[in-house]
Amino acid sequence: MHTARDTLSTRLGTHGVLILYVIIALFPVFVIVTNSFKTRRAIFREPLALPDGESFSLIGYETVLKQGDFFLYFQNSMIVTVASLFFILLFGAMAAFALAEYRFKGNTLMGLYLALGIMIPIRIGTVAILEMMVSTGLVNTLWALILVYTAQGLPLAVFILSEFMKGVSDDLKNAGRIDGLSEYKIFFRLVLPLVRPAMATVAVFNMIPIWNDLWFPLILAPAEETKTLTLGSQVFIGQFVTDWNAVLSALSLAILPVMVLYVIFSRQLIRGITSGAVK
Amino acid sequence: MATPTGPSKIKWHVVVFLAPAVLVYTAVMIYPLFNTLRLSFFDTVDQQRVFVGLENFRTLFGNTIWSDQFWNALGNNFWFFLVHMLVQNPIGVALAALLSSPRLRFAALYRTAIFVPTILSFVIVGFAWKLILSPIWGIAPEMLDAIGLKFLYAPWLGKEEYALTTLALVSVWQFVGIPMMLIYAALLSIPEEILEAGECDGITGMSAFWKIKLPLILPSIGIISILTFVGNFNAFDLIYAAQGALAGPDFSTDILGTFLYRTFFGFQLQLGDPHMGSAIASAMFVIILIGVCLYLFGIQRRLRHYQY
Repeated sequence: MHTARDTLSTRLGTHGVLILYVIIALFPVFVIVTNSFKTRRAIFREPLALPDGESFSLIGYETVLKQGDFFLYFQNSMIVTVASLFFILLFGAMAAFALAEYRFKGNTLMGLYLALGIMIPIRIGTVAILEMMVSTGLVNTLWALILVYTAQGLPLAVFILSEFMKGVSDDLKNAGRIDGLSEYKIFFRLVLPLVRPAMATVAVFNMIPIWNDLWFPLILAPAEETKTLTLGSQVFIGQFVTDWNAVLSALSLAILPVMVLYVIFSRQLIRGITSGAVK
Repeated sequence: MATPTGPSKIKWHVVVFLAPAVLVYTAVMIYPLFNTLRLSFFDTVDQQRVFVGLENFRTLFGNTIWSDQFWNALGNNFWFFLVHMLVQNPIGVALAALLSSPRLRFAALYRTAIFVPTILSFVIVGFAWKLILSPIWGIAPEMLDAIGLKFLYAPWLGKEEYALTTLALVSVWQFVGIPMMLIYAALLSIPEEILEAGECDGITGMSAFWKIKLPLILPSIGIISILTFVGNFNAFDLIYAAQGALAGPDFSTDILGTFLYRTFFGFQLQLGDPHMGSAIASAMFVIILIGVCLYLFGIQRRLRHYQY
């Protein structure tokens, strides 16, 4: 059937091109990580060689772990990301349920209002956000970041989740109502468990941009105690710019957590994108 | 929906469900957005905030110190966007087309690997490429030497004429995974019957791609274009991570995001100016709004006809 599309040479060509692109995509990561385990001399003499018995060195990692508060930064990033995701999912699901389930005046208008933020980036409002955070004393707290990321994530979350909630069977909800469940219990006990896959998609979509953001940590929470990992490594690398061992090790340490998250969630992420959740 | 309360009463549960999201979204996103637009009409005089009308915009567009920077940043930003449209999206489409070839082995592995740069932070990407392209380390010249092209090497990030294009290409390298995934999804959703009907008429291989698949994935290409546009016109992180707030060499990589940052937050000896910053943010808002409207009312409507 597919004779013309399936000849051996086209198949080999396809693999060749894809392998070439995979090399392009992974090469910089490979170079950074392998060189972080080498002595300064080996880094410059043979940048493309793998570390061996002679050139192996952990001096960069020692510098990083001694100088930078990487554990604190990691903890801050973790708190901000997890808390923001929690609020995005909880508030987003509640609003999506209200929009999908009840007919009330201004339903469509409310949906449009919440959807505005999908296209308009929140960064445009940074000047006023900073003033607000200063006047409420939230500047240099993790709450400033959590609030901003929650607001930023809500529009798309409401949009995706309400599409899914419209698909939850009415019979189920009405059966719950006949059994005397309150609207809150119907939401938390019946509907929420059913839209779990959609919630996971929303969580994965939001997780990586929040973890990697540099703009808001730089502006709203640059203090030492509230630095996120992204900002922390930026500042650290800037200070140690001539210490190549330290810079390469810091980069590798910054790559590590994202890679772990990616390996855990890649299937969810790719399924989320390819299922057309963003259309 | 059937709710026990009468239509005249307020349904409190609806209010409770909506309130948290609406409050956070309004207070942290919508209100600051409009407040920023409002602040662009004010200035600080004797430590008092006073209304100055369009004065900030007159400075931004009329005073050459400001307007030169603004047009430079805007022009750079358009070039940045153009490189993405001309390089990132065609590569993304090509990779997706290859990935979707029938019965391709290791497709999931390729997909996962090609998406890796997209999940890395700008800080990692910026510094990693800065090190690789650095003339001190020598990875880039050495590799070019290996294929006999050493004469092509230049310290790209340090040269005014190359730096912006280099950074745009680094950004393309980072984000090519997104168009690839979206187009891949669109290609998979094309019904097999359509392709088989084409085969009966003798349309196979490349011509099947150009004549059947490409027209059908145009709506996805439209979505990708507007996502790229919005992303590029509020980009900041990569330039800041690689070249710093001054977007060197000599502002040749300055885009609207870095210009906004320097202006309102200040850098080195220049003090931050929230009002001029608001004016720049308002200009960015208008540019993004124009782009989104062009897409929604110009492109998307016309593309609808192709959908099945």
